[in-house]
Amino acid sequence: MNGLSFDIAHMLAGMLVLVSFMMLYQVRLYSLLHALALHAFVLSTSVAWQAYSQNAPHLYVTAAIALCFKAIIIPWALRGMVYRLGLHREVETVVGVGMTMLAGMALVALSLEVMLPATSQADPVTREDIALALSVVLIGLLMMVTRRNAVSQVVGFMSLENGIILAAAGAQGMPLVVELSVAFSVLIAFIVIGIVLFRIREHFDTVDDDALDRVRQHPGMFGAEIADERWRRPGKIEAAIASDRRRKPGLVGSGGPHE
Amino acid sequence: MIGDFAPADLAIQGGQMTLVLGLSPLLTGLVRKVKARLQRRRGPPLLQPYRDLRRLLSKDAVLAENASWLFRAAPYLIFAVTWVAAALVPTFATGLLFSWSGDLIAITALLGSARFIQALAAMDIGTSFGGLGASREVMIASLAEPAMLMIAFTVALIVGSTQLSTIAAMLSTGDSGLRVSLALALVALVIVSVAENARIPVDNPATHLELTMVHEAMVLEYSARHLAMIEWAAYLKLLLYISLIGCMFFPFGIVDGPASPERYLGAVGLYIAKLASAGVLLAVFETSIAKMRVFRVPNFLGAALMLGLLGVLLLFVSQGM
Amino acid sequence: MILVVLSAILGLLGLALTGAVFAHNAAGRIAVYGGSLLVCTALLAAGIAALGAEPSRLVLPVGLPWIGAHVRLDSLSGCFLAVIGLGGAGASLYGIGQGRHEHDPQRVLPFYPAFLAGMAMVVIADDAFSFLFAWELMSFASWALVMAHHRAKGTAWAGFVYIVMATFSGLALLLCFGLLAGPAGGYSFDAMRAAPPAAGTEALVFALALLGAGAKAGLVPVHVWLPLAHPAAPSHVSALMSGVMTKVALYGFLRIVFELCGPPVWWFGLVVLVLGGITAVLGVLHALMEKDLKRLLAYSTVENIGIVFLGFGLALAFRANGFAVGAALALTAALFHAVNHAAFKSLLFLGAGAVLTATGERDMDRLGGLIHRMPRTAFLMLVGCIAISALPPLNGFVSEWLTFQAILLRAELPQWGLKLAIPAVGALLALAAALAAACFVRAFGIAFLGRPRSRQAADASEVDGWSFAAMAGFATLCLLGGVLPGVVIDALAPVSQALVGAHMPAQLSVPWLTTVPVEASRSSYNGLLLFGFIALSSLIAVTATHRFASRALRRGPAWDCGFPDASPATQYTATSFSQPLRRVFGTLVLRARETVEMPPPGSVAPARIHRSISDPIWDFLYAPVGRAVAFTAGLLNYLQFLTIRRYLGFVFAALVLLLASLAIWQ
Repeated sequence: MNGLSFDIAHMLAGMLVLVSFMMLYQVRLYSLLHALALHAFVLSTSVAWQAYSQNAPHLYVTAAIALCFKAIIIPWALRGMVYRLGLHREVETVVGVGMTMLAGMALVALSLEVMLPATSQADPVTREDIALALSVVLIGLLMMVTRRNAVSQVVGFMSLENGIILAAAGAQGMPLVVELSVAFSVLIAFIVIGIVLFRIREHFDTVDDDALDRVRQHPGMFGAEIADERWRRPGKIEAAIASDRRRKPGLVGSGGPHE
Repeated sequence: MIGDFAPADLAIQGGQMTLVLGLSPLLTGLVRKVKARLQRRRGPPLLQPYRDLRRLLSKDAVLAENASWLFRAAPYLIFAVTWVAAALVPTFATGLLFSWSGDLIAITALLGSARFIQALAAMDIGTSFGGLGASREVMIASLAEPAMLMIAFTVALIVGSTQLSTIAAMLSTGDSGLRVSLALALVALVIVSVAENARIPVDNPATHLELTMVHEAMVLEYSARHLAMIEWAAYLKLLLYISLIGCMFFPFGIVDGPASPERYLGAVGLYIAKLASAGVLLAVFETSIAKMRVFRVPNFLGAALMLGLLGVLLLFVSQGM
Repeated sequence: MILVVLSAILGLLGLALTGAVFAHNAAGRIAVYGGSLLVCTALLAAGIAALGAEPSRLVLPVGLPWIGAHVRLDSLSGCFLAVIGLGGAGASLYGIGQGRHEHDPQRVLPFYPAFLAGMAMVVIADDAFSFLFAWELMSFASWALVMAHHRAKGTAWAGFVYIVMATFSGLALLLCFGLLAGPAGGYSFDAMRAAPPAAGTEALVFALALLGAGAKAGLVPVHVWLPLAHPAAPSHVSALMSGVMTKVALYGFLRIVFELCGPPVWWFGLVVLVLGGITAVLGVLHALMEKDLKRLLAYSTVENIGIVFLGFGLALAFRANGFAVGAALALTAALFHAVNHAAFKSLLFLGAGAVLTATGERDMDRLGGLIHRMPRTAFLMLVGCIAISALPPLNGFVSEWLTFQAILLRAELPQWGLKLAIPAVGALLALAAALAAACFVRAFGIAFLGRPRSRQAADASEVDGWSFAAMAGFATLCLLGGVLPGVVIDALAPVSQALVGAHMPAQLSVPWLTTVPVEASRSSYNGLLLFGFIALSSLIAVTATHRFASRALRRGPAWDCGFPDASPATQYTATSFSQPLRRVFGTLVLRARETVEMPPPGSVAPARIHRSISDPIWDFLYAPVGRAVAFTAGLLNYLQFLTIRRYLGFVFAALVLLLASLAIWQ
């Protein structure tokens, strides 16, 4: 109907929304990082296509940044961090996966309802791309809000930022796109480094009661330390162990013995 | 259009019905062979399902003492309904003689009837396996069927019709272009096909452990010719879903309107090639992924439902998507 | 034509008197039910005759002196009169047979014909007073019937909730008609048709009609009485209440919103559509969690009413946007579904009544194996379960298929609310259809298949001929509706022409009796051919197998993976069957929770599993209202215990207040 380039641009934007939904669906951290790499890859393809169809060669730089930095380096660094610091490998969600996906659907509907009438005077290629990009942003925010794990919140933030880059690339003739992407990448790099430093500090420094709270959340990380003499404050440790058992009741609980 | 027919049309419809019936065991044989090869086994021969059917048909049927007439009639009904549904899907030619008597929604509902009867037959004997299989099957169906209907809606909104012949004809001309909602519908249909045909990761077709059974638990009490009918119906269902994916998303080569016999033969050949490649892809997919826990399956199918709904939503909201 | 209907109604009232006098006599019972059967057949004939004919009207000199009672029989009335006649005839035929098992016939026989008379009066009423009088008569007669088994547990509570909701619906309709009549006070429907209300009033009228009619029909959130009241009544009365009275409520909604209200606004359609979708899903989810067979059927009624309202909402939305063809399709689909539901729900309730009489049990966990003891009933119930699960080639599928076609019409609706709501509601409808199939696999499988779970189920006996005839009649209608839907669609054409100004294309002239909702290139369905194909394929399969394969058959014990268990308690129960669905859907929607109490190791106390489900609408809407009413009543209770001086003080204060307000208003 509108030509192949229209369709390909749409297809790539739609693929980005699809990969965002895939990220909402993931429960394991490694799969989430693979999905993030795929997300950045689709983004770089989309930006490269926009560079080709708009004849804007500076967008190729953005595509290259997205590919190298966000599709390869950041996921690899996050993966290394998860492995070395022994972080929890399952992503805990606030509500179930089904509800999160339903909320994602509602956000897509919302972004379409907001953006399409608002841009009714604009070029049809751009307005639908921007509507889909807004949905990617909103789904990224949803991911940040409904996950309890710091790494998955970083992933959510990165996908949000990918949505913004998609919108910026889709709007024809938007200036400073390359500068924007470099700035965002530096921001992400600082956030990731910041998290690494923070976790390292927690891992080796002794802190007081707060650390016992973190014992309950990440037993794998501090399991060895409980036997340490400095931590032997009887009431607190029994409380920590008892609350740990309450969290993982085993056979009893709503899961039942059925799987 | 409705009701006019020529003898050639009758021959094509009859040809399609025999073709799907005859090819379906071969397709399952191919999938099993490729899976075995990927697992570094030699695997059963390609024609083994035919031999299995012949063996089953020649055996004595053993029925439980309290089996009712429903248990005895169910396999024939399931087979008949699945065969009628498979006969309505264009495989190598559109404009099948009676394709106007049932559209995509009717085909989905016919498969739902087959599942209804199968679940009832499972509960007839009164063992816990039957109830187990039936309850899991209806749980899977309660999400897979709406997802299938959403996929049907997506395609129908793009093409303007729910008739599969019209869908195949219009999508093969390429006028609708590459659409986001079609891509979403394809992903959703693959997920639904895996679930409906009791394939890994939803169900293991080769299992003997009740923890992993869904379809197998429902047919546990069947033997001999009854089991042969049910197995054949399962082969037909796999063929049906692959033909659906082929006619909706890869409709190139389907003959539209009257043509020469060479064209028809070429179309049959192309269809067999599509089936073979789909079988190989299915085998690779099944080998590369593990079976999911029963209560992860609703998430999986819920994702398919969401994708279908997203496709429909995009089409309601904008013409271009 | 209208005289026939009026004499039929008089006949029913006469039968009610006969029932009051001769209740304990077997002849009296046969007279009442036999008479109702004849009268209902006359109503059916009159209704069908009225479908294509000109409206006939009459003014009777009864009722209020300056208004009289206007009655009118047009296509819409005729359609619903036919449904009343059909349901009533079936229930009466059943009553002739099963009525002898009734312990308190004097509580049932007088009110049964009065109930039918009330319903018939509602559909022919042409002014507000007759309508409301008939509506209240219908409510009162059905309440008396619900309270017939007044000693059974739960009946008193069911009756109480029912009478509260019935009063609520009557009040809402009273206010609605008051607003429609306007300050001029034109209470006849002709006056209301001539003077459609202004925009703000129209919205209020719509809301009141939706709530009032919806309360009788079973729309969420005013459906709470339905699963309590319908099971408590005797079975043929439950069939009438679910199958027919809900349709009379739908008639009320159609009459007010589609005709008396004037041209609709688009958001009317949106509200009805969304409420219909939510009702459908909530109804079927509750049905899946129920073990009581009749309560399951009552919740399933809620689901089907939701589907009908969904169709009405689509029709309103299309009509408000000027798309009359789409509105006709949606309206016809909804009306067809209403007619289908009357047929298969009556069948299912009559079957449940047969099971109840044969075994004395309504709890599915104490049934089982009835297909061997009651084979004919089981076969007819199977037909009913297949029909209600919307499976081809029976009638439930055709109406759902038409509704899906209406959703797919995609008339480029300009309003965003509709653009987003229609796909969402389509998904809800698909989900409800799939869950309904699951629900009826469960209902039939647990109650009729398997091994008997109790002594009573093992000793059940088959029903008598009259009841069987009634059920067989409904089952035949289900089949006919599925293979010859064109007959019904063409019969409904005058109704949709009158309400939305267009009708579906003529179906009986399409070759091979195919159903074509819009045009042949778009979609078509042929139930007759599909039925024929399925029959032919089964025949081929059976003959080929019996010719070329071994025909040997022997019986043996069940395989059960090599561990057969003699106790029928190892079978799945109704609750265990729905456990996966309860986990998937119930946890979120119905707050389904399961807790297991495990005793510590070494203790011999049993482990216990507790399952709880809560109805969110009851908890968030009705319970607070109930508490507020109780609180206010408690406060007002203080008025009971005042001294004489305080009472005199009240009288004095009231007098002073009235005189002061008189002074100010001057």
